[in-house]
Amino acid sequence: MSVRRASYLVAAAALAGLAALAFGLGRYPISVPELFTLLGAKLTGSEHALSSTAETVILQVRGPRVLAAMVVGAALAAAGTAYQGMFRNPLVSPDILGVSTGAALGAVLAIFLSLGILMTQAFAFAGGLLAVGLVYAVGSRLRGHDPLLALVLTGVVIGTLLGSAIALLKYLADPYNELPAITFWLLGSLAAITPRDLASATPAALAGLLPLLLLRWRVNLLALPDDEARALGVDTRRLRVVVVACATLMTAAAVAVSGIIGWVGLLIPHAARLLVGPDFGRLLPLAMLMGAAFMLAVDTLGRTAASIEIPPGVLTALIGTPFFLWLFAVARRTW
Amino acid sequence: MKRGLVLPLLLLLMVPVKAALSGEAVADATGREIRPAAKVERVYAAGPPASTVIFAIAPEKLVGWTRALRPHEAEFFPEKYAALPELGRLTGRGNTANVEVVLRARPDLIVDVGSTRASLAELAVQVERQTGIPYALFDGRLEATPATFRALGRLMGDVPRAEALAAWFEGELADIRARVERVPQEKRPRVYYGRGPAGLQTGGRGSINVEVLELLGAVNVAAEVRAGLVAVPIEQILLWNPEVILTTDPHFWRRAWTDPAWRATAAVENKRVYLSPHRPFGWFDFPPGANRLLGAWWAGKILYPDAFDIDLRRKVLEFHTRFYHQAPTPAQLDALLGEPGVLGK
Repeated sequence: MSVRRASYLVAAAALAGLAALAFGLGRYPISVPELFTLLGAKLTGSEHALSSTAETVILQVRGPRVLAAMVVGAALAAAGTAYQGMFRNPLVSPDILGVSTGAALGAVLAIFLSLGILMTQAFAFAGGLLAVGLVYAVGSRLRGHDPLLALVLTGVVIGTLLGSAIALLKYLADPYNELPAITFWLLGSLAAITPRDLASATPAALAGLLPLLLLRWRVNLLALPDDEARALGVDTRRLRVVVVACATLMTAAAVAVSGIIGWVGLLIPHAARLLVGPDFGRLLPLAMLMGAAFMLAVDTLGRTAASIEIPPGVLTALIGTPFFLWLFAVARRTW
Repeated sequence: MKRGLVLPLLLLLMVPVKAALSGEAVADATGREIRPAAKVERVYAAGPPASTVIFAIAPEKLVGWTRALRPHEAEFFPEKYAALPELGRLTGRGNTANVEVVLRARPDLIVDVGSTRASLAELAVQVERQTGIPYALFDGRLEATPATFRALGRLMGDVPRAEALAAWFEGELADIRARVERVPQEKRPRVYYGRGPAGLQTGGRGSINVEVLELLGAVNVAAEVRAGLVAVPIEQILLWNPEVILTTDPHFWRRAWTDPAWRATAAVENKRVYLSPHRPFGWFDFPPGANRLLGAWWAGKILYPDAFDIDLRRKVLEFHTRFYHQAPTPAQLDALLGEPGVLGK
């Protein structure tokens, strides 16, 4: 069996195993038989003898959170894969064009104005889209440069500007109330996920994913120099807009409900590429499986290890770094 | 523009003159001898808790607020004080004060009330050296507030007013403690204090955020968690299953009634989720100053209604008159106590 096929199988099996484990683990003790009783009863519509709290934990708290971790992980990994392919650079993360920074600014503004959770999510989502829209509008008008370079530089510059706007709001925020709320949001967390968040983030993420899946073959051509791609009949300019829009949509949808979660979108695509090579069509599903599994592992650990939440940003680096180094050591494939 | 620069420069020249001070030396909470001018007329509060204490003793001596009062806060203060300028804070989380602005306010004394940890003690020494203005640091815990009043009274040359406040505050604390003692352990409900719009942040044992709960001898479900502000998983909260939930966040208060996860707690089931009033300063948590005395009465009444058979309106009236120098109108009292959640759903 080839490395490629083994990678898919292992990643899918790991994700399935982790999901089962994640459903079974939590601060609120629910045994595996109880879990099956409940799910069985729900599927058949029959009564069950479990406490209503146990049902709430599974259906309203843990279930949505497990699913959200997978959606967020997969979305960030997919966006990272698309960008790394498009920018022909393995060091690119989904935030390269400012989507996370824009989302953070939106969320911080909403917290600063004490607008509540729903508006914070809406502001974050809109902030992410607006930031990338701005970067693209400015970057694509800078003529006389390599278009990708112009885009990346504009992203960095505008990202810095948005970053200082965030810093200003933090500085002006009420230090006892708003500032801690801002800090907690910026740390990223799936702690407050509700079924409604899942229902709003998933369709947006899928809407971003679908075009990428359909265009997977052409996205590969973006890795070629522009003139070569054009010679093959691909309108690189238009294709780039589509890729940027899709990756942005996915990232913004994820970040709006989870806050800033680094690392996943940067290193998961890279890890997947070490296993199956750079072909976008092969890479995308594996990166998504790995991203979902990784995020799920991190979030499950974060919510079960202690009676307080451990921020995923801390764990992603703590678990991810050795894993990545190990993968880098054993895999021989290069970019 | 030029005129604006002249004043701070002149003030800098005046620093050595200011150093010739002759007031009574008083030790601050870090044990440092503070020797202010013979007559302290102007006091700069380094953070919000200091503002409340100084304002209570001598409102005419407070040179400004750390943050301008917003209209819904200002209405609780006499007009001339409500309009005091915004001068920024020297301590607390994040420093927004400009030392030149502090100098320009020409204070005779700088006061900080709150934590007395080493970094703040060092800041006090540093700012005092830099500005030549004596900088006193006091403990902001409720228990320490009477002592803070007495020391500040001596420093500010306002012993009678400060002593009256100290004695009154002591009496209130003693009254609260005596009432708490009457409540047997098994009658004390398990309480969760939820912060943030999702209610998922709380204060662990010994955290300044839950000092009111500790004064009330309440059973904080999060006491097992380390001190400070922490995020907790909702499953952990369901496991604790608090009987009463207190919050400072109106978004969370509304969310608790509809979110299925929170509805699984005993507190929501028994309709015992309460929202702390927050005007002009928070009652329960922040700013962590003397303002939280009202939070203790409020939470006491919620947790132990039999032992705290008090008239909360009267308590608010009394506190406002002493601390904010303006008795709230009946309409203001209605607004404070009638906000949804303050006394239950």
